[in-house]
Amino acid sequence: MLADFSAETLARMQFAFTVSFHIIFPAFSIGLASYLAVLNGLWLKTRDETYLTLFQYWKKIFAVAFGMGVVSGIVMSYQFGTNWSVFSDRAGPVVGPLMAYEVLSAFFLEAGFLGIMLFGRARVGERLHMFATVMVALGTLMSATWILSVNSWMQTPAGYSVNADGQFVPEDWWAIVFNPSFPYRLVHMVLAAYLTTALVVGAVGALHLLRNRADPEARRMFSMAMWMAALVTPLQIFAGDAHGLNTLEHQPAKVMAMEGHYDSHPDGAPLILFGIPNAAEKRIDYAVEIPKLSSLILKHDLNAPLDGLDTISDDDEPPVAIVFWSFRIMIALGFAMLGLGVWSLWARWRGRLYDSPLLHRAALAMGPAGFVAVLAGWVTTEVGRQPFTVYGLLRTSDSLAPVDAPAVATSLIAFIVVYFFVFGAGTYYIARMMNKRPGALTIGLADGPIRTAGITPALQTHGPSKESRHGT
Amino acid sequence: MALDLAFIWAGLIAFAVLVYVVLDGFDLGIGILFPFAKTEGDRDLMMNSVAPVWDGNETWLVLGGGGLFAVFPLAYAVVMPALYMPITLMLLALVFRGVSFEYRWRTKRWKRVWDAAFFGGSFLAALCQGIALGALVQGIEIEGRAYAGGWFDWLTPFSVLTGVAVVVGYALLGACWLVLKIEDALNMQMRGYARLLGIATLVLIGLVSLLTPFQDPVYFQRWFSLPGSLWTMIVPVVMLALVWVFFTGLARGSDVTPMLAALGFFVVGFIGLGISFYPMMVPPSLTIWQAAAPESSLAFALVGAVILIPIILAYTAYAYWVFRGKMDPNEGYH
Repeated sequence: MLADFSAETLARMQFAFTVSFHIIFPAFSIGLASYLAVLNGLWLKTRDETYLTLFQYWKKIFAVAFGMGVVSGIVMSYQFGTNWSVFSDRAGPVVGPLMAYEVLSAFFLEAGFLGIMLFGRARVGERLHMFATVMVALGTLMSATWILSVNSWMQTPAGYSVNADGQFVPEDWWAIVFNPSFPYRLVHMVLAAYLTTALVVGAVGALHLLRNRADPEARRMFSMAMWMAALVTPLQIFAGDAHGLNTLEHQPAKVMAMEGHYDSHPDGAPLILFGIPNAAEKRIDYAVEIPKLSSLILKHDLNAPLDGLDTISDDDEPPVAIVFWSFRIMIALGFAMLGLGVWSLWARWRGRLYDSPLLHRAALAMGPAGFVAVLAGWVTTEVGRQPFTVYGLLRTSDSLAPVDAPAVATSLIAFIVVYFFVFGAGTYYIARMMNKRPGALTIGLADGPIRTAGITPALQTHGPSKESRHGT
Repeated sequence: MALDLAFIWAGLIAFAVLVYVVLDGFDLGIGILFPFAKTEGDRDLMMNSVAPVWDGNETWLVLGGGGLFAVFPLAYAVVMPALYMPITLMLLALVFRGVSFEYRWRTKRWKRVWDAAFFGGSFLAALCQGIALGALVQGIEIEGRAYAGGWFDWLTPFSVLTGVAVVVGYALLGACWLVLKIEDALNMQMRGYARLLGIATLVLIGLVSLLTPFQDPVYFQRWFSLPGSLWTMIVPVVMLALVWVFFTGLARGSDVTPMLAALGFFVVGFIGLGISFYPMMVPPSLTIWQAAAPESSLAFALVGAVILIPIILAYTAYAYWVFRGKMDPNEGYH
């Protein structure tokens, strides 16, 4: 079956597959690392054991998710070279140093302090343990910052010149790092990670509330998660809108595909809610649309003219149907999250936050929504950048490594088999841990790899008795 | 005089790769020795001895790859497609072994599966790294700015030999690490392995060293022409001294000396490779300066490296310090 595909298509499939799998883990661990820091901080401040129990619970889940993020991330750092070597040669001088900064400032920070955060509380004391927890959270955020700068530069390149070998040569690092789409993309992604985590935490809280409304840990985490959903979703919708306007300015073709605007609209473009993109006829079949609303959203003027894909050369047109659909999935989920947040506020105001099984079921159902929305959002922006790797400058077809199609096909199959097996197992283990109540003494068979000797937990003077009992 | 940034960066990348080899070397080595553990308790101890640090160790591999991408993009663009199969296999192997650190504690029925994944992943990753090294020493065919060979060029008897040498060498590091971290029966068992693996490693290093000068006439000249060979002869002399330290250390029951001497084998071997390679980044035709990114890239990345690498080394050392000392087998069972 794969024999019918070109090396380019196979390499693109492989990159899309491995990066999609990878982004799921950071999207979760960025938010969860911050949540752990908040939980540990609240435990130290209030000495309320509920926070400590929650910290211990989510810490173990974090360890598994983080491990999967690390190993799938190492793959990414080599795949630029193995499959996209011409891109690496050309764009390496610009994006390479940004990734080096990511490794130096973020990966080492996370890795160096992760061991202490997971296993070291009894050995280093509460203060240093808190410091390590904050460093892990900071590392995840720094990592997001650098990698989004890289991605944004590929979308909206700035601060470069091109030398005789066709390499992009950095001229102004400030302009490169803070390229036009970077601030928008960074805010949009970090909020997305926080929302994703909030929805997962909320779903786990809801699950345990459905079993026992009095469960103290379930109540605490559900309440915290619903505050996040209620407060962050409106911010995210606002940030997404700003990001969209920025995209309209710098990558109009992507917005045309998102909107499904094959044709130009000189006096006000309609907002197409639904429809079936028809690539052959270059139109949207069965379109359900609201007249002039697109112009209002994008230009803040009902009658503002909007160009369509008819103004773009066919060679430069992104695949419309994928972008059109993924964008709608993301938006629909965003509004569903808003609905959940508002519902939780209303229930909270009525004093029924912990006594509304219907709300809990909705929160449970929304648990994976963040992941789907993150993936849909990335599909929108990455496929919308096509047919370029560096927007407008370097075509995807010109970025490819000189590797034969059979080699790429073999590695693609290997990645698919291994990832589904390994990450399927990991997801199963995480789901099983989530299924256990946080207050239960252990959530796995053992509480994870247990540390070396030296200082016995009994020597701890101010540490939590509970943790010593758990080992870890 | 302007600083030679490309040269400084070649040194830094070499440093990152060396740190990776010695650090991840012993933790991959523990995976390679995993099937030889006699009890499940021993396996738990072995894995726990590296669990707090393995992630940091592996980050040096990302720095090696990411650093190459950043400052020698042409070398990265040539080497990765040339080593497509071994690199891809190594990455998949690292996936298996990396997740088994957490997974094997999360299941009873499948614990054996993740034990096997830990061994298989560690073994295959080490083998692929050794093969990649051998393939690089042999030289990589370049045309214009791209790899020009086929997708099985990396596979030769020489690269298989370097692959085996790295597997055995990593197992030696793993055995020495366990001698350092663990007491009683497992310590004695690993001490015995360390002696055998030490002999095997030295034989393999010797074979690779003998064959290397014949891979490229430039290497031969570097090692066997006066007056250069007066300097290069320091390498085998230091190696012989380390061999003496290693075996006497083992014999008198020291826990620390064998580990230090085994690390020394790798450092000296690495320096030997450096002597063969210089001034090539990718033998036989791509030099450090040809492969280097534009000056503005080198300078920008160097600022970060100069500030951050010392900090990284400091907190990495701290993390090792926190988890210092012998493992207590009683901690961790409830």
